[in-house]
Amino acid sequence: MISANLSAIFYLISGVLFILALRGLSSPETSRQGNFFGILGMLIAVTVTFLTTGSFSTGFVFVIVFILVGGSIGAFIAYKIPMTAMPELVAGFHSLVGLAAVFVAISAFLNPIAFNLGTPGNIKLGSLIEMSIGAAVGAVTFSGSVIAFLKLQGIMSGSPIIFKGQHPLNAIILVSIIILIYFLCSTQSSNLFWVLLAVSFLIGFLLIIPIGGADMPVVISMLNSYSGWAAAGIGFTLENTALIITGALVGSSGAILSYIMCKGMNRSFFNVILGGFGASDEASNISNKEQRPVKSGNADDAAFLMKNASSVIIVPGYGMAVAQAQHALREMVDTLKKNDIKVSYAIHPVAGRMPGHMNVLLAEANVPYDEVYELEEINNDFANADVAFVIGANDVTNPVAKTDPQSPIYGMPVLDVEKCKSVLFVKRSLSPGYAGIDNDLFYKENTLMLFADAKKMTEDITKNL
Amino acid sequence: MEIDPLIFRLSIFILSIFVGYYVVWSVTPSLHTPLMSVTNAISSVIIVGAIIAGLSGNSDSIFNTSSIFGFLAIALAAVNIFGGFLVTQRMLAMYKKKKKDK
Repeated sequence: MISANLSAIFYLISGVLFILALRGLSSPETSRQGNFFGILGMLIAVTVTFLTTGSFSTGFVFVIVFILVGGSIGAFIAYKIPMTAMPELVAGFHSLVGLAAVFVAISAFLNPIAFNLGTPGNIKLGSLIEMSIGAAVGAVTFSGSVIAFLKLQGIMSGSPIIFKGQHPLNAIILVSIIILIYFLCSTQSSNLFWVLLAVSFLIGFLLIIPIGGADMPVVISMLNSYSGWAAAGIGFTLENTALIITGALVGSSGAILSYIMCKGMNRSFFNVILGGFGASDEASNISNKEQRPVKSGNADDAAFLMKNASSVIIVPGYGMAVAQAQHALREMVDTLKKNDIKVSYAIHPVAGRMPGHMNVLLAEANVPYDEVYELEEINNDFANADVAFVIGANDVTNPVAKTDPQSPIYGMPVLDVEKCKSVLFVKRSLSPGYAGIDNDLFYKENTLMLFADAKKMTEDITKNL
Repeated sequence: MEIDPLIFRLSIFILSIFVGYYVVWSVTPSLHTPLMSVTNAISSVIIVGAIIAGLSGNSDSIFNTSSIFGFLAIALAAVNIFGGFLVTQRMLAMYKKKKKDK
């Protein structure tokens, strides 16, 4: 048994270690050490909690058992999960944080004495407010993440689900949550607590269904943020510094990532939340399909162009990951490098399905991270490069975003691929991308379309080099 | 007049938001996915609440409604802690520098 003051100091230390864990991610060299700090912080927090409660009876054994059960499931998933499925994994994990927050809040509500918050039916007002906010945000995180998971996994259609009166309904529910919290605090009624939870689960569900598959990077980041605020809410209830610090860190982290993703798509946060983007996919697919001439080539042509180049920029998109072409791509690049051709990779902020996803996929294929550049770092280099090799990307290269104010993607930052001497565009067909619009790049004089499966085409090019 | 301890916690919270803001902006974009998985892992420090809840039963009855929710929360948070840190480690291990031999 250790004193409350001593344990508070240890919680503070673990909070600081969590800050260092995030700080470590500023560069890949320090990142592994950062992760170690995170693990250390967690270890300290858990150990101190045991020492503070001071009970090492049968209950303690069960705690260990549950940790081991959960831990082995988590470890198993962590080792098995393919890197392409990271967005689903993260969404799934967010739902667990949300649900854990809800469970802790329920437990505290039913047995406030154990948490030193008063007695049932007479919980301290401040604690009750914090608890209900934590529970509500946790519930929203849970149901929202479940929907995001189902959409990413393809179990649920990625297209937005929109119905009439959606926004007024959501607004009414949000207001009713606030009213419910108010009455819960004044009456301490447990029925109201359950209603609050049910309504919060419902709003999480309703908030995410209208958001389209293309906007999932924003949604995942946003839910990341929510899971942080939920943890912070519970942290206030438990008067635990580690939880408060962590909650604030995670909350702001998710918010910043949502902002970066929105900026990458040139959309306002509210625009994404209100949803409906990409709903007209099918419609615009058929319309304005005027026949414009396209130059298409085969692997031989592509190999010839690249062999005679002195610098090549690769522009990968999620389509590359779908075709599992990243290893074939790296082999092609290895061959190019043997021929003394300078190769770099250009990554658009929304190239993958979650922030930084494409970087992980390339790292998995053994692409050194110092050959991979972000949009701002590399965009000026396209003008001096000989060949741009676009594989699995589409909208993020569309010059229309710079030229046509009528276009839905106007103003979105794009890679200046068209400035390259020649562009090789690997694609199955001329179909439009997520945004549902035609890519002007297809019809440029210097573009050679390579109609094929990304993996097969890349392998064929390597053979021809 | 005494200051409510809540105010101190609120101060920690607000300052942590600022710390988070600056720290996260300094994270390199190529590590944004590990950032998400590690924030996932650390937000599961909520397990401390779950442990208190799980141990809230008395010696005669370890399991009551309140402690059962605590135990479930422990398991959920543990999935996240182990899964989150391990998958982060797995990803970070893949980030390699260019070999210098060329």
